[in-house]
Amino acid sequence: MTSTTVSPRRWKRPPLLIQDPTLRLVIYGGFAVYLVLAVASIEVNWTRIFEGLERGVRFIQGFLVPDFLTRARDIQQGIIESLTMTLTSTVAGIILSVPIGIGAARNLAPAPVHAICRSIVALSRSFQEIIVAILCVAMFGFGPLAGFITLSFATIGFLAKLLAEAIEDIDEGQAEAIRSTGAGWWQIVNYGIQPQVMPRLIGLSLYRLDINFRESAVIGIVGAGGIGATLNTAMDRYEYDTAGAVLIIIILVVMATEYASGHVRKWVQ
Amino acid sequence: MPVSTLNGQPVWRHRTTTRQMAVWAGWFALVALTVFCWQEMNRNTMWVFVEDAPQQAADLITRALPPRWSYLDRLWLPLWDTLNIATLGTLLGTLMAVPVAFLAARNTTPSAALVRPIALLIIVASRSINSLIWALLLVAIIGPGLLAGIIAIAFRSIGFVGKLLYEAIEEIDHRQVEAISATGASRMQVMDYAVIPQVLPAFAGMTVFRWDINIRESTILGLVGAGGIGVQLESSLARLAWAEITVIFIVVLATVVASEWVSAKVRKTII
Repeated sequence: MTSTTVSPRRWKRPPLLIQDPTLRLVIYGGFAVYLVLAVASIEVNWTRIFEGLERGVRFIQGFLVPDFLTRARDIQQGIIESLTMTLTSTVAGIILSVPIGIGAARNLAPAPVHAICRSIVALSRSFQEIIVAILCVAMFGFGPLAGFITLSFATIGFLAKLLAEAIEDIDEGQAEAIRSTGAGWWQIVNYGIQPQVMPRLIGLSLYRLDINFRESAVIGIVGAGGIGATLNTAMDRYEYDTAGAVLIIIILVVMATEYASGHVRKWVQ
Repeated sequence: MPVSTLNGQPVWRHRTTTRQMAVWAGWFALVALTVFCWQEMNRNTMWVFVEDAPQQAADLITRALPPRWSYLDRLWLPLWDTLNIATLGTLLGTLMAVPVAFLAARNTTPSAALVRPIALLIIVASRSINSLIWALLLVAIIGPGLLAGIIAIAFRSIGFVGKLLYEAIEEIDHRQVEAISATGASRMQVMDYAVIPQVLPAFAGMTVFRWDINIRESTILGLVGAGGIGVQLESSLARLAWAEITVIFIVVLATVVASEWVSAKVRKTII
C-alpha cells in the first residue's frame, strides 16, 4: 500500500523586486529611516489648516459654480495670450530645433558641430520653464513676449533631442541609396532622411504644442503673461469663483488639444 | 505615379497637382495663423523694453557674478525640505494613483460604465493642472509650508503614475491571469499573484521617473509659498539679489542633474 508522502518543503513566494536579502534589508531599512526623518521635518499648523478649510469649501463651491462673467475680459485676454503664445513659440521652437536637431545627430554632423548642438540641447533641458521665464521677464519686461521666448527656448531642448534621436535611428539603407546616386549633403538630408523622420517630427511638434499650452498656464505666475497671470490675480483677490472658471477653461483646452493632437498624430503615422 | 510633361519630356513629380496644392494651402494657413497670433500676442508689448534687452542682460550678468557663495550655508535646510517635498509627494501620489489606475484599467475595473469614467476624469484633471498651480491653490487653502508642497506634488503625480500604470495593467499577459484563476483563486488573489508581479517593475520604474520630475518641480514650488528652496528664490528675487539667485540656480541645477542620474541608474537596474 502506498501512502502519499507530504513534502516537508513549502513553496515560498520569491520577493518581487530585489532578490538579494541583505541588499533588500539595507534599501528598505534606509528608506524607512529616511521616511521617519522626513516626516518629522514637516511642521503642520493645524489651526491654520482648520481655518483654511472654510476657504477650501469656498474654493470647491467656486469650482462647482464658476463665474465666467465678472472678469470675462481678463479671462479672455489671458486665454488669447496663452493660445497665441503657444502657437508662435511652438512654430519658432520647431524652426530653431530642426537645424540644431540635425546638428546633434551623430550620423549627419561632424564632431565639433555635434558637440555644440548637444550642449545647446543639454542647456535648454536642464533649466525648467519657470526659471527661464524669470530671467526672460527680467530681460524683456513683463508680458507674453517673455513667455514666447521662454517656451521657444524650452521647445528646442525637447524637439531637437528627440529629432536627433529619430535621425540616428533611421534606416541607413535609404540614405546610402541616395548617397550612391552622387547626391550632395543637402540632397541626402532632403531625400534620404527627411521622409523617414517627418511623421515623427510632426507627431512630436503636436505633442510639444500640447506641453507648451500647459506651461503657458504656469509661467504667468512669474509675470510672463497668459492665463496663469489671470489665475494668479484671481487667487490674490480671493475670487475663487473666477479662479474656478479659469481652471475649468485650462482643463478643457488641455483635454481638447490632447484629443486633437492624438487624432492628428494617429492620422499622420 | 504623378508625372508632368516639360518640353515633351516626362518629369517625375513627388505629388499630384491637387495634393501639391493642398500641401501648399496647409502651409499657407499655418504661416498666416502664426503671423496673426504673433501680432495679436504683441499688441501690448512695449518694444522699448525689448530693445534694451541686451543691456539688461549685460547688467544682469554683472550683478549676478560672482555668485555669493556664503549664501550656500542658508540653502542646505531648504534643499533638504525640497528633497522631502519631492519624495513624500511622490510616495503619497503613487499611493493614491494605484487604486485609481486599477479602477481605470479596462481589465480590472469593477464597472466599465460607471467607475472607469470617474477614474479617467481624476487622471485627466490631475494631469492638466501643473503642480505649481496645485500649489497656488493649496497654499491658499491650507496655508504656506511644506505640507502644501507635498500635497501639490502628490496631486500632480496621481495623473502621471495613474495613466502609465493603467496602460501597463491593460497590456499584461492575459494567460497568467487565466492560469491563476484556474486554480480557484479569488479576485484579490488573482490581482496579487497574476497582475501585480507583471506590472511591478514598470510601476517601480515610473515611480522613480516621476520622483525625478518631482525634484525638478519641487525646486520652484516655493515661488508661491509651498516650501523648499523656491522660498529662498522668491525672497532673493524680491530683493533683486542676483548674486544669491546665481547660487540658488547652481544648487538647483546640481540637484536636478544628480536626481536625473540616480533615477536613470535605478531604472536601469530595475528594468
